[in-house]
Amino acid sequence: MENGNKPIISIQDVSFKYEGQETFALENVSFSISKGEWVAIVGHNGSGKSTLAKILNGLQFPTSGIVTVGDIQLSKETIWDIRKTVGMVFQNPDNQFVGATVQDDVAFGLENHGVLNEEMKERVLHALERVHMANFLDQEPHHLSGGQKQRVAIAGIIALRPKVIILDEATSMLDPLGREEVLNTVRELNSEQGLTVISITHDLEEAAKADRIIVMNKGHVFKDGTPDDIFELEEELISLGLDTPFPIKMASSLRKNGFTLPKKSLTDAELLDELWTLHFGK
Amino acid sequence: MNKLILGRYFPGDSCLHRLDPRSKLLAGISFIFILFLGNNWMTYALLWIFTFFVIYISQVKLRVYVRGVRPLIWLILFTVFLQILFTAGGTIYFEWGLITISQFGLVNGGYIFCRFVMIIFISTVITLTTKPIDLTDGLNSLMRPLRFFKIPVDEISLMLSISLRFIPNLLDETQKVMDAQRARGTEFGKGSLFQQMKTLVPIFLPLFVSSLNRAEEMADVMEVRGYDSRAARSSFRKLKWQLSDTMAIIVMILLTIGLYLLRSNS
Repeated sequence: MENGNKPIISIQDVSFKYEGQETFALENVSFSISKGEWVAIVGHNGSGKSTLAKILNGLQFPTSGIVTVGDIQLSKETIWDIRKTVGMVFQNPDNQFVGATVQDDVAFGLENHGVLNEEMKERVLHALERVHMANFLDQEPHHLSGGQKQRVAIAGIIALRPKVIILDEATSMLDPLGREEVLNTVRELNSEQGLTVISITHDLEEAAKADRIIVMNKGHVFKDGTPDDIFELEEELISLGLDTPFPIKMASSLRKNGFTLPKKSLTDAELLDELWTLHFGK
Repeated sequence: MNKLILGRYFPGDSCLHRLDPRSKLLAGISFIFILFLGNNWMTYALLWIFTFFVIYISQVKLRVYVRGVRPLIWLILFTVFLQILFTAGGTIYFEWGLITISQFGLVNGGYIFCRFVMIIFISTVITLTTKPIDLTDGLNSLMRPLRFFKIPVDEISLMLSISLRFIPNLLDETQKVMDAQRARGTEFGKGSLFQQMKTLVPIFLPLFVSSLNRAEEMADVMEVRGYDSRAARSSFRKLKWQLSDTMAIIVMILLTIGLYLLRSNS
């Protein structure tokens, strides 16, 4: 996914302290994300990952440091431009449904930007088609499942045509099926339209499928690298209160029992291949 | 909670359902005003005919409307009896101290009963045939002139539509909190009034706190999607005034003229 362009999001030495608190929620955090990348930000509760998400679209301002989105530097004057570039999906499916019906909810953001009626209708329909919810135009939120509501929330964001979408634990309140639906939708957007995805998550299986993982600990970036690099650090991750994906755990138990698995497999399919080869190698 | 008919929407496809919410609201409000023009049995007969006609074309069963009146029936009867007992005039049938049952009292009591029932019937017709969202759109559009007086009409209607949208969520949550407290041994509806009020605290506090959290998250969501109350917004829904809406208004005007003609000049 590296295409040598200028990064779409870069933050430099960002620190942030909540009012009335002693310790920094974020301290000297720096990284940059390039266009089309899928980045997972992981960390235990209170590691500062949600604060980071809020800083990336101006819901919070850093106490110090610089946040740049595209060519725009985050400041009080530019937040509205930044919010046009960066969309965000939150955790609770119920609390982020602003409209009375599905189409009203998707249209809400467009109304805010003063899009004209005809174009709005088209964009609403198009966005709902993208998330496979076009048959639910007039449904009310209490008739939808959690996964469906989250997909409508995503449609509300993509109707605004952002370049970056932040998923702030967007799948954490969903059942496994709903989670899969939502992630597949975002994956499609990521691969077909080059949408940059920043996914803040507790779900390590989900993180393992990202292009890159940033591990946060106590307001610092603990490690930044590909899933392979990150899950290399098995023991360290566990000492940070994190976990490793199932294939990694499985492989390490196998190793303890004397099987030689040379490669680190991150997905079930990779592990299966590995075991398959091992079996034939005998 | 589910017994409340007033304020609920019945999906349907009658010509009343298809009317513009603005014409329905205007007609409903004007009906309440012209109700007071009635002062003899002829005018009330006309009003009843109109009410039943409207109920008939709404294609919702009369039973539903009667159920709408039921929760308020004691209030209505109370008012009617006060009117009967304390109005003097005309032929007096019974007198005992302040209490008088007179011809005027009985007639007035009858009128008040009719007014109450008709107001409830007509407002139920409006809420049964109009989606809440259309109702807020209609109100927004009717309140538009108030912007001239610096009244934040758009904000009010946004608040209205968000409140309407959260009613089912809050009802669900109330039920959940009540069940959770019941599971911990709280008994609702038992004991003295004071004890009963005390059992409400563990329901209200969590609901209040969670509403605050909801509001905060909702505000974030709205901001992220670019909501800025100072900026001009466009609107997705467009109300359309049709011929049938003009017809509805004309019917109301005819009704008013009819009432004026039948009204006895006293």
